[in-house]
Amino acid sequence: MNLEKVIFGFFIVLAATLNFGFFIGDLDNPIHHDVYELFAAIVVNLIATVLKFGDRTHIGAIHLSTSLVADLQLIAAALVWSYGVHVTDVGMTPEITAKVVSLSGGALFANVVSVVILIAETIMQKR
Amino acid sequence: MNSEAYESTFFLALRRLRAPLITLILIYAVSILGLTLIPGLDAAGNPSRMNFLHAFYFISYTATTIGFGEIPNAFSEPQRMWVIICIYLSVIGWAYSIGVLLALLQDQNFRNAVRLQRFGQAVRHLREPFYLVCGYGETGQLICRALDQLGLRAVVIEIDDSRVSQLDLHGHSVDIPALAANARQPEILKRAGLTHTHCQGVIALTNDDNANLAIAISARLLAPQLPALCRAETVEIAANMASFGTRHIINPFDKFGRYLALALHAPAAYHLLEWLTAVPGTMVEPHRDPPRGHWVLCGYGRFGKVLVSALEQESIPVTIIDHAPLAGEGHRRWVRGDGSSAPALLEAGVQDAVGIVASTNDDVNNLSIVVTARELNPQLFVVLRQNLQANQALFDAFESDFTVVPSQIIARECLAILTTPLVAPFLWQIKQRGESWASTLLDQLTDSFGWEAPMVWSMRIDAAAAPALITWLGSTPAGAPLGDLLRNPHNRAETLECRALYLVRDNENDEAIMLPHRHTPVRAGDQLLLVGRSTARNDLTLTLSNENTLAYVLQGREIPGGWVWQQAARLHTK
Repeated sequence: MNLEKVIFGFFIVLAATLNFGFFIGDLDNPIHHDVYELFAAIVVNLIATVLKFGDRTHIGAIHLSTSLVADLQLIAAALVWSYGVHVTDVGMTPEITAKVVSLSGGALFANVVSVVILIAETIMQKR
Repeated sequence: MNSEAYESTFFLALRRLRAPLITLILIYAVSILGLTLIPGLDAAGNPSRMNFLHAFYFISYTATTIGFGEIPNAFSEPQRMWVIICIYLSVIGWAYSIGVLLALLQDQNFRNAVRLQRFGQAVRHLREPFYLVCGYGETGQLICRALDQLGLRAVVIEIDDSRVSQLDLHGHSVDIPALAANARQPEILKRAGLTHTHCQGVIALTNDDNANLAIAISARLLAPQLPALCRAETVEIAANMASFGTRHIINPFDKFGRYLALALHAPAAYHLLEWLTAVPGTMVEPHRDPPRGHWVLCGYGRFGKVLVSALEQESIPVTIIDHAPLAGEGHRRWVRGDGSSAPALLEAGVQDAVGIVASTNDDVNNLSIVVTARELNPQLFVVLRQNLQANQALFDAFESDFTVVPSQIIARECLAILTTPLVAPFLWQIKQRGESWASTLLDQLTDSFGWEAPMVWSMRIDAAAAPALITWLGSTPAGAPLGDLLRNPHNRAETLECRALYLVRDNENDEAIMLPHRHTPVRAGDQLLLVGRSTARNDLTLTLSNENTLAYVLQGREIPGGWVWQQAARLHTK
């Protein structure tokens, strides 16, 4: 067992699960989407991205790019959220909630791709 | 270190930044989360919690030590306690991250990797012809300066770091990309543009013959179409280079041996050669011709051997002064001893000799030998070997007849091969024509251009170098008279200060023409060797590329440039 692989897999899967947890629920119902979960998803995604730095392989490059996509989508979701709640002061209306959740849905897709690559890489491993 | 290793250092560097970045992310995350969870008070004094936006805002300005204060409302006591922890955490996090970053920037491997990347990029972005110069010693410096004056680009690889930094001080008119690396490595040569489409040739000038050999074989295998010019000071290495088809092997001592033989045999031809191949901008001094008679040579090393055989070829008797006569050389006249002492020189018969060669590999010794010898016999013809450019002042002060500077011989030879390939066949023709012919030509040329090193250039009549003339020749395939082409484009009654020496036709059946006449027609595909002033070269380039100038030069009629000027010209003639 390789500790590096444990940590690596842990963060990638955790990023995907947190993302999923935030995404699941009615698209426009703010009660189903907790802001702390979004925060945790962003932090874990950032850590997963940094863990992917410096891998020279082709698979490493794809890993990094999926993570960057997820970061971008989640940060966009956080920006929309803070715009709705603090800048325009309308609060979590169904429109704002729908925007935030659909952006996080995009990030979820990127995270799923990441997990699929992780699984494929593991299956390819003969040892 | 090869470039694979350089690149992996780059990725290693990125990996090393993982830990500090993750630390920072965690510290920020914990601090922000804590602030949003700890109870505070709003503006009216009611209990409330901070939201994520404010928490992130607060942590951002606190962690970077900007410190705007407690925003949006005054903090509660629990919040203040948490903020104390946040402040220390973030200070530690930043100190750690910046420390790692600075250590990385200081890392020698990392800096080398960055330098190699930049060099490779500079070479890749070259969009004009360039030469790859390996070794930036005395010869390399001479060649780079001359290439720069001729408006050609160069790329330099030099093993010694301090010489690479000297390159910036030499003030070339265009930037010369340089790398401190070992040119023996093919990967480094590739980075330096060996396989670049604009690379015109490789010049291997390092002071290590084996390194030059390695460069020659890399060039032969990786870029077989490129001319490789290699310095080789031993016969074995030269033979090795020749065995795999290196086209230009330059042995400075051998070259000088041939010069000396030529100077003894045909002085005028030698002077002509010297004048034509001088490095541009230098003064050629006509020296007296080496006399025939008894010669003395001090120091029987690589150079000495070449000179002895050159002198013996001209059947000139030589006495050699050296510490230890070599086995198998017993048939020559030997004097054991030190050339710088008067008794050895006297024993070698310096008082009756006509010439002396000081050919040891020590500059001070050489000077000492010739000073002593001149005192014993002031009429001596002196050939002096100079090993280091740094001793130039001493050698200038002593007026020798020939000073042999290997670096200058190599530089001169390289430039002649690279920039004026027609010079070599022309010089061969001179030797065929005989001494009196060469002497007449030399007098004619030095009368019109003086003894200053002239501009010697080759030119091919094609669409790139002479677009206007090619268009003109399309309607007149018989050719343009050479004499008309060489008229001054500013006043056609005058001729340009230059002279055509040699003309090679495109068709291989046509014989090359020595000293073409003014009525000789110039046709498409011809190659010309010209000598003259640099202004003449510029004027000729103008004539060949500008149709209006060409029409004026050939036919004496001026074509006004545009409609307005044509009208103006018509009014003027009224």
